[in-house]
Amino acid sequence: MSASVDALSALKAKFPQVTDRASRDCPAVDVPTLDLFAALKSLRDEAGFDLLSDLTAIDWAEGATPRFTAVYHLYSTASHAAVRVATPCVGDDAAPAVPSVVDIWPAANWHEREAYDMFGIKFEGHPDLRRILMWDGYPYHPLRKEFPLAGIETALPDLEVAEETQAKVIPAPMVGGPFVASSGEMNLTEAEPRAKDESWNERSAKPQA
Amino acid sequence: MATEIAFPDSAAKAAGAEQEFAPEKMSLSMGPSHPSTHGVLRLQMELDGEVLTKCDPIVGYLHRGDEKIAENMTYNQFVPYTDRLDYLAPLANNMAYAIAVEKLAGLEVPARCQAIRVLTAEMARISAHLMGLGAFGLDVGAWTVLVHSLNQREHLYKLFEELTGARFTTSYTRIGGVSRDVPEGWLGRVIAFCDQFEPALEETLALLTRNKIFQDRTVGVGIITKADALAYGLTGPNLRGSGVALDLRKDRPYSGYEQYEFDVPVGSKGDCYDRYLCRGEEMRQSVRIIRQIVAKFPSGDWYAKDARKIFAPPKDKILTSMEELINNFMIVTEGPQIPAGEVYFEAENPKGALGFYIVSKGGGVPWRMKIRSPSFCNLSILPKVCVGTMMSDVVTLLGSLDFVMGECDR
Repeated sequence: MSASVDALSALKAKFPQVTDRASRDCPAVDVPTLDLFAALKSLRDEAGFDLLSDLTAIDWAEGATPRFTAVYHLYSTASHAAVRVATPCVGDDAAPAVPSVVDIWPAANWHEREAYDMFGIKFEGHPDLRRILMWDGYPYHPLRKEFPLAGIETALPDLEVAEETQAKVIPAPMVGGPFVASSGEMNLTEAEPRAKDESWNERSAKPQA
Repeated sequence: MATEIAFPDSAAKAAGAEQEFAPEKMSLSMGPSHPSTHGVLRLQMELDGEVLTKCDPIVGYLHRGDEKIAENMTYNQFVPYTDRLDYLAPLANNMAYAIAVEKLAGLEVPARCQAIRVLTAEMARISAHLMGLGAFGLDVGAWTVLVHSLNQREHLYKLFEELTGARFTTSYTRIGGVSRDVPEGWLGRVIAFCDQFEPALEETLALLTRNKIFQDRTVGVGIITKADALAYGLTGPNLRGSGVALDLRKDRPYSGYEQYEFDVPVGSKGDCYDRYLCRGEEMRQSVRIIRQIVAKFPSGDWYAKDARKIFAPPKDKILTSMEELINNFMIVTEGPQIPAGEVYFEAENPKGALGFYIVSKGGGVPWRMKIRSPSFCNLSILPKVCVGTMMSDVVTLLGSLDFVMGECDR
């Protein structure tokens, strides 16, 4: 543990704008976006954090500042210390951005593609920033808070099949969740556990968006 | 036939005779439904003759949005979803998830609960490695191994069924404990399994370890250097096969792993054969751990009794005490009450380090949950190692990486 505290103190000495971040486990810091690349590079080269365990993002919901935070979990195979580094994304909600760290750890490549896919965060300097879990051309970023759990009606990825079958990607019929049994229904079928958000379900039609 | 499939510029080629021997690349798509992609991985490859010049793995065919789902349900409701990450070792996933949430809640579980969790996680490791071994053998043409390993896995599944009620998707842990204590006589049957498993494992491994055909197909194939393995964030047997002795059970012990003696096998070359050897040895070490746990199995509670807002009270109490009934109702409807904060916990799963990053704003539902899946990270090295290998070695390489797409795509 002390190895990671030492590493972060050295980092704070080098980058005065780095501040401590509240954490319940490993030591953590907030790094300004402009310093991010240099700070992470110095953590790898000088403090020995050679393994990028994880890279992800958090959406703090519409209206929050910053709306998106990118989070990096680093691990040192020599001292077995772990640290967390967080940075706010700059730019507007539609296209938040942070610098890419693929040049430091190639492992970041897929993680950044995933964060781009799920949140729409642009990782500047990424060699090949395209979707990874959803298909190319999917119009939404599903892990954003405004994206509904049930999904949104979308065209099929294969346009040829879509034209032939007229099929679409439709929202999941059980919208919302967690699933709860409603107490007022008397017969057993009606009392089946169903989605908490009952604005529409199998019995009543979906309201027009 | 060739003109129809893969030579888009064949007309241009026919026009100039001097271009006849110019190297021409063939693009080939393997998967998502291909027996050696072990699920729904797709490889978009570019071949020069039989040698790969480019490989682009396409993942996401099994994407179910687990992280989105987690944001919309209580911590306890998410336990069954963790089964479906690495569905070959659900008990290990259950444990990793439970420990992550407990860390966030600042909760310590009793020694007996820790021992049960480690015991089941090691059994899950054996069962996952057996499946990986069998499938790997199948990939390189050794059919018998699969029969042997599935036979042994069946013994394990019988024990899982007795303990958890399910063979495959166990959902065994709860936040703050496990769903039930070990049945009477079950530990004896675990030891009986170990007694017959050890010679059977040696017999199974003997089919491959000194097998000339197997060695020809794996030794020196798919070499991942130490530096590459670290740079691409590999974990688990794939990283150790490349010579990095990183095992979170040893390096950052959790759930009482520090009490048990075991060795961490490390490869020397980082080829497919080394990864196979590491997995074989890990199964022997898991048996060692299991024997130690059973030998000094702690008595006492198997769930955190003081965590009244987190772990549901026993059923008989719910039915007889008003207070416990209300407590149970609150845990079921609103979820276990977890304080605000963020935590990242990694457990050494059969496939590598499975991490849960949980951001809580308080209450029973996480604000954000990121699942760091080892298979996803392990596969990200494919574009690097596949280039320059033969097409037939790609199958060996995929088998030796031992990934699960349910975990990769989440």
